[in-house]
Amino acid sequence: MSAAMDTESTYSGYSHYSGHSKKAHRQGRDRHKSPRSKDGSRSEKSVTIQTPPAEPLLGNDASRAEEGQDDNWGETTTAITGTSEHSISQEDIARISKDLEDSVGLDCKRYLGLTVAAVLGLLVFLTPIAFILLPQILWRDDLEPCGTVCEGLFISVAFKLLILLIGTWALFFRQPKADLPRVFVFRALLLVLIFLFVFSYWLFYGVRILDSKDTNYQGIVQYAVSLVDALLFIHYLAIVLLELRQLQPMFTVKVVRSTDGESRYYSLGPLSIQRAALVVLENYYRDFTVYNPALLTASKSRAAKHMAGLKVYNVDGPGNNASGQSRAMIAAAARRRDSSHNELYYEEADHERRVRKRRARLVVAVEEAFTHIKRLQAEEQQKAPGEMMDPREAAQAIFPSMARALQKYLRTTRQQQYRSMESILQHLSFCITNNMTPKAFLERYLNPGPTLQYDRDRWFSKQWTLVSEEAVTSGLQDGVVFVLKCLDFSLVVNVKKIPFIKLSEEFIDPKSHKFVLRLQSETSV
Amino acid sequence: YLISLSFQQRIEIHKLREGENLILGFSIGGGIDQDPTQNPFSEDKTDKGIYVTRVTAGGPAEVAGLQVGDKIMQVNGWDMTMVTHDQARKRLTKRNEEVVRLLVTRQSLQKAVQQSMMS
Repeated sequence: MSAAMDTESTYSGYSHYSGHSKKAHRQGRDRHKSPRSKDGSRSEKSVTIQTPPAEPLLGNDASRAEEGQDDNWGETTTAITGTSEHSISQEDIARISKDLEDSVGLDCKRYLGLTVAAVLGLLVFLTPIAFILLPQILWRDDLEPCGTVCEGLFISVAFKLLILLIGTWALFFRQPKADLPRVFVFRALLLVLIFLFVFSYWLFYGVRILDSKDTNYQGIVQYAVSLVDALLFIHYLAIVLLELRQLQPMFTVKVVRSTDGESRYYSLGPLSIQRAALVVLENYYRDFTVYNPALLTASKSRAAKHMAGLKVYNVDGPGNNASGQSRAMIAAAARRRDSSHNELYYEEADHERRVRKRRARLVVAVEEAFTHIKRLQAEEQQKAPGEMMDPREAAQAIFPSMARALQKYLRTTRQQQYRSMESILQHLSFCITNNMTPKAFLERYLNPGPTLQYDRDRWFSKQWTLVSEEAVTSGLQDGVVFVLKCLDFSLVVNVKKIPFIKLSEEFIDPKSHKFVLRLQSETSV
Repeated sequence: YLISLSFQQRIEIHKLREGENLILGFSIGGGIDQDPTQNPFSEDKTDKGIYVTRVTAGGPAEVAGLQVGDKIMQVNGWDMTMVTHDQARKRLTKRNEEVVRLLVTRQSLQKAVQQSMMS
């Protein structure tokens, strides 16, 4: 299966699929989906990938099963995938196999870690209680009676345990938001520390107290109190190591998306590479505009045209000088006077103009549509029971007047795959309910938004691989570069250290601001 | 080509009486309290001396031979190179003096004589 992933498929999956075969095996694909992807609204990055089906914008929902009424079918397809309805591309095979592998492997690893931590936590929590109760159970009669001091210690143990419980809940009991490739070093360290600590306490207890049946109960209770105190200090250590240390920014990372060069900068503290990757990915979903493969076709076709016009003929006889040939081709291509820059310029100017025209039409259409809706006040609601509609119906009523302009605009900016009619209607009723102006309604469509805004099917990026030359648990250093790859594109991350800043002070007396006039006067004598 | 020379000249101006005032017929600019960089006549823009900025046509100064751009070095023996603008004005317009004798420095550009170079 790795061979399937390694080979370059020159056939990019999405806009070239025929809607025909897509729909037929969408129902088949559903069976392979792992149950985890349905539950939980949190984005777990190891979730399986579903191939996004290309839904028509204005197609009737009821006609999903029928192929004939797909309005956009003729426009969005360029190549026919295969001759049969059930053809699957290489990428699909890669995806399905990855699907099945991952759903088994990752579960084990993650849940193992969680169970170990949970068991250890429970053990640790119950230890002081056990220390106090065991003598009572085992040799109650020999024990000295518990005086006031001893009973006061009971209260202190109880409250400290309560505080420890609340603190642990606050710090550790969170839904895991990601699955990292290697173990989290600090957490593992802390677990080992706690284990050793509790183990040594039990050892001491077992040898000195249980074996010898010590009768000084107050001493035993104090021993338990000291354990709880030490646990609170370990909790403090955990806060500092896991949370506080990373807060102060020490590095600036630059994240560049490989397909279109969109870049962002983030500030990070001293993190390990895998945790830095996690922070970058979390911000990716919010900051980067969504990956739209339809926007890349223009540059690809230009690139293809560059080298396509030249062919190398070897006139001097047999001799396979491959590198010489390619260099000759490059030199010839550079010298050839091609006017592709001209084409690019005019094409872009044209496209710009078209987009602006369509946008103007869209804005006007939406503004007009919104004027037809008026919100009814409470008193009016009783007076005119005739034609009252809830937001959804109101949205459906005004949608047809703007639908055509909206569809044309989305087609021009190549967003039509990301917007289904259902989502537009939902957004429209949402805007109507919240008294938004037409401009607020359109804001979502006029600017390509971040990935989070869209349906999860359209993300193109759910499974990430961290590619790094250094070990992923090592800390960030100046000049470290690592790559976050997903199937369609990758994010290249470059780390730079924030420079050491030398700040000095200069005092200016407010009375020292004095000025003088510069004149050149002329006097006649 | 042109050579720049500066030479001093002594000019004697007889003041003209106009009503109550005695006028000399020129205007001065400059002074140690003024901005020397705005002086169009000085060659060195840090020179804070007193310069003649205008000469009224037909006035006593023109008659005496004063020209625009002259730097006034002395007035009746008083030094004018380190005075304020107002002090300069006062020294020129003393009511009891009818004649002022100025020592001025003038820059002139002279054409080098071709023959002198060739000989």
